[in-house]
Amino acid sequence: MAETHSLQDLRQAAVASKVFVQRDYTSGTICKFQTKFPAELESRIDKQQFEETIQTLNNLYADAEKLGGRSYLEGCLACLTAYTIFLCMETHYEKVLKKIAKYIQEQNEKIYAPLGLLLTDPIERGLRVVEITIFEDRSIGSR
Amino acid sequence: MQYKGFLFCARSKEIKYSCSCQWCIYNQIKQSACTFAAMSAVMITRKVTRKWEKLPGKNTFCCDGRVMMARQKGVFYLTLFLIIGTCSLFFAFECPYLAVHLSPAIPVFAVLLFVFVMAMLLRTSFSDPGVLPRALPEEANFIEMEIEAANGNVLAGQRPPPRIKNVQINNQIVKLKYCYTCKIFRPPRASHCSICDNCVDRFDHHCPWVGNCVGKRNYRYFYLFTLSLSLLTIYIFAFDIVHVVLRSVDSGFHVVSLTPHCTVLEVLVCFFTLWSVVGLTGFHTYLISLNQTTNEDIKGSWSGKNRVQNPYSHKNIIENCCEVLCGPTYPSVLDRRGVMLEDSTSPNPSDASTHKSSNPVSQTTVRQHFL
Repeated sequence: MAETHSLQDLRQAAVASKVFVQRDYTSGTICKFQTKFPAELESRIDKQQFEETIQTLNNLYADAEKLGGRSYLEGCLACLTAYTIFLCMETHYEKVLKKIAKYIQEQNEKIYAPLGLLLTDPIERGLRVVEITIFEDRSIGSR
Repeated sequence: MQYKGFLFCARSKEIKYSCSCQWCIYNQIKQSACTFAAMSAVMITRKVTRKWEKLPGKNTFCCDGRVMMARQKGVFYLTLFLIIGTCSLFFAFECPYLAVHLSPAIPVFAVLLFVFVMAMLLRTSFSDPGVLPRALPEEANFIEMEIEAANGNVLAGQRPPPRIKNVQINNQIVKLKYCYTCKIFRPPRASHCSICDNCVDRFDHHCPWVGNCVGKRNYRYFYLFTLSLSLLTIYIFAFDIVHVVLRSVDSGFHVVSLTPHCTVLEVLVCFFTLWSVVGLTGFHTYLISLNQTTNEDIKGSWSGKNRVQNPYSHKNIIENCCEVLCGPTYPSVLDRRGVMLEDSTSPNPSDASTHKSSNPVSQTTVRQHFL
């Protein structure tokens, strides 16, 4: 498949630079990333596409940290069992993190890798930044 | 499988002099008596290094990275000793009498309470309080460049302006400080603990009694520990008094001579514990209802002067309590048990491959978020 082939290529490609999308704290301490389009990516990717990726990530994190009936129920149930229930059950946050990891992999394969970019899962960087690695433009396809 | 002087490769189903496929190499290591000549050519030793071994900061790790504590644990052992010691005396000396003369439910409830207290204490002490990993070199450089761009040209000889970012949260300007050790701008409510040498998210305080920092991830366990310990102390204190009274009523009011030494010891420990732990529980209940941390309270961040208000508070006590105590359980971002694969080879380096699991594409490690 063309996408996986280019992903393999990237492993040997040289890293030109890295861009770090910082956290957006205007809504408080919840995990949210800035949707501002970095200048370094202007020549590589469509602004709309980038914003859509970040917005989806923000929505997923918001779902993980949502305070509502579900999180309260989980918290109370866990407290009653002295938190031993987490030995056998996965928390809601962990389930969402898995979803996020899958989404990022999918985005990398379908959209970013063919353009010579690679997204790093924010959890690998302590949920502080979304690291985007820019590889040297080797003009794989037609440009 | 080995034939005299030859090797049978189960993967390629061939008999050879030497084979460098993983299967055969693995079998060579497995079989201690390997007389084959290939042994001298390549012997790859695989040493599994987990990420916790390379983490900066002054934490100690146990159980292969599952347990994370501060370096000084002396006071923590004292806490354990006091709780276990007092409860053992209670169960050994008071409970048999009380179970018979009053109700067997008394020791049962005491046991449940004791188990809960220990669970909360161990959970607070052993878990990651919400440590923020330090910035990798590229990220640190990126932030430095941003700072320099923001500060403009600093004249030679002039001190550069302090590294602060202003963020507006809920109509309140919050200053984010730069941490020179971790090379990051600290998120709001995070603080650097000098004892553990880490930036901790929603830093409350460093508690020597639990031997760990109290932060976002373990604050609720810390609160439940102080709350349940207060209840346990009051419980033991009350039933010690009841026990003494009952005994003196039974044996004719000779209170002083009949009080066994252990009861006196328990009462003493409970009395002093009561004042400190109940007070602490009350203080943290107050903080939770306002959604503040001890750190913010000490610094007076939201004390109300200059019309500065807490932007994180929901202005509703119930909502604040629910968020702090029943909010989502945050995962640890440290990935302590992730594997950093290192292959060290002797003589033939041709087969060597070194790759660290910081490769963003690899999904081989299963992240452990539990503790």
